[in-house]
Amino acid sequence: MPEGLAATHDHPSHPALQHHFENMEQQREAGTLGMWVFLVTEIMFFGGMFLAYTLYRFEYPAAFVSASNHLDIKLGAINTAVLIVSSFTMATAVYSTQVGRQRTTIICLILTMILGATFLGIKGIEYHDKYNDHLIPGQLIPSRPFAPEVAKPGDTDPHKLHLIEGATVQNVQLFYWIYFAMTGMHALHMIIGLGIMTVILIMAWRGKFSPEYHAPVEISGLYWHFVDIIWIFLFPLLYLLGRHLEGHG
Amino acid sequence: MIFLALMAGTGLTVVAAFYDFPGPLNAVVALTIAVIKATLVVLYFMHVRYSGRLIWLVIGSAIFWLAIMFALTISDYWTRTWFVPM
Repeated sequence: MPEGLAATHDHPSHPALQHHFENMEQQREAGTLGMWVFLVTEIMFFGGMFLAYTLYRFEYPAAFVSASNHLDIKLGAINTAVLIVSSFTMATAVYSTQVGRQRTTIICLILTMILGATFLGIKGIEYHDKYNDHLIPGQLIPSRPFAPEVAKPGDTDPHKLHLIEGATVQNVQLFYWIYFAMTGMHALHMIIGLGIMTVILIMAWRGKFSPEYHAPVEISGLYWHFVDIIWIFLFPLLYLLGRHLEGHG
Repeated sequence: MIFLALMAGTGLTVVAAFYDFPGPLNAVVALTIAVIKATLVVLYFMHVRYSGRLIWLVIGSAIFWLAIMFALTISDYWTRTWFVPM
């Protein structure tokens, strides 16, 4: 009925409302659902790598422990903390947008980006350490093939590879393939996340968001938290596993 | 609150890594802490606790299919050595 149609347009709709949605709430829910469906594909994508990790860890436990021991727990733990703090600032940014505090939103977004960049910086230091110790697998860097120096018994030089009984250099290399694939994909997601945050920051700066319209901040937040969750699993699996078995040989 | 719990979890998992639990318990402890932390992030930071059933369904399906992938693949590797060809 024409009257009924007119009634829905009685109150002026929000400028950010797309014409194919009934109202802002429906638009927000659709966006959130879409992001979650995307995150499911991401879960399956990372899941494949986690599965590869699981299988080879059971296949070559000694090599995985030896290789994991070479990773820097301190840097890994700091990076875990950095990401959790960044998730917290991100959650605060989403909340302050919902209640309409633009200044807090901007500050929190900048903090989140600084923490994200810090994470990548520390990751860069770790990658450089691995480069120095000739632990980049295969011929990824043609001039620097995988050729770690194996420590002799009694040698405690942390830059050398300490193999426990049953571990071979070849299988340690397998661990580093998985390590670089997983942390590399994770770092790529962080870089993409920083790009998204830049866009959101500019939008927030221009005052595009309000308590009625905050879906972009919320959805980007979902992505950011997801990347954090991946790291929450990567940290114990890659860095901490070596601590055990050490004495067991 | 959630933030503090997550930081405590990180500390706990590092400390736990330096203790030696019997058998496969080490991995179980580390993964349990990781799962708890991930759940906190999903429920509170990602607002799933206050979201509709549709979101729950989507996340549940992700976990379900992930479980299928792991279960089928691992059962393959696990049972390969059971029957040795004559």
